[in-house]
Amino acid sequence: MRAAVIVFPGSNCDRDLAEAIRIATGTAPVMIWHRETSLPEGLDLIGVPGGFSYGDYLRSGAMAAQSPVMREVKAAAGKGVAVLGICNGFQVLTEAGLLPGALMRNAGIKFVCRDVALTVENSQSAFTGGYDAGQGVVFPVAHHDGNYSADEETLDRLEGEGRVAFRYAEEVNGSARNIAGILNNGGNVLGMMPHPERVVEGAHGRLDGRAMFEALARLG
Amino acid sequence: MKARVFVTLKNGVLDPQGKAVHHALEGLGFDGVSDVRIGKLIELELADGTSDAAIEDMCKQLLANTVIENYKIERA
Repeated sequence: MRAAVIVFPGSNCDRDLAEAIRIATGTAPVMIWHRETSLPEGLDLIGVPGGFSYGDYLRSGAMAAQSPVMREVKAAAGKGVAVLGICNGFQVLTEAGLLPGALMRNAGIKFVCRDVALTVENSQSAFTGGYDAGQGVVFPVAHHDGNYSADEETLDRLEGEGRVAFRYAEEVNGSARNIAGILNNGGNVLGMMPHPERVVEGAHGRLDGRAMFEALARLG
Repeated sequence: MKARVFVTLKNGVLDPQGKAVHHALEGLGFDGVSDVRIGKLIELELADGTSDAAIEDMCKQLLANTVIENYKIERA
């Protein structure tokens, strides 16, 4: 299992994500600075972490999406490498065009930082194979721009193709159709606002996120 | 040469910031404001002869997110 975690200036969940991957796989991922123009050979998983890359300048994720390493991430995603974008990572993946739609300011304007109930919608992906469809999980969220928005046609397509991975089971941020996480067409790119990497060990109080990293550990 | 790029939310896209400002204006006693939408103004200092197409590309690739935003270019 070879994993990498991308680090942008302003990322702040990179080490949490790396630790979650290490716990599940037994191997620490390679940390990749955003200026890098190549990725290690043979990666099975690329993590795009949460945080406030580039201080959320212009739009959340907009600057990071244009950084040199993202060209390599796009190329790797195109070859089928699993890419997991969490929180700011989800924003980066939409801005980079790897996932459809956009993440707008929360409908209630406030930064939302709390545990939220989610429903696993798709249990067939490399990320969610450790859950049952319809299963309830609780992950923390911590975001200001998590209001998922896309045109109706895109939303219909995402639902019709089973590409909604997670849905909020309660009102959180105004997201269209309560979408909390989506997959790309190939099923190898997942973007989600909630933080599975923050519920993987005893001290976290919950272990709901562990099944995701354990499923990913079986990739390599 | 200068250009100004106005980035605005598309019609139908909810603007919570605009709604809050609208609410605040009402709170201050300003009547007759029916809606508030907040956008961005980006001023570009450009080399002479920069083409319209080049500025369009800047907007599409970075300055605006065309999923949710419109842009308008105004050359000074």
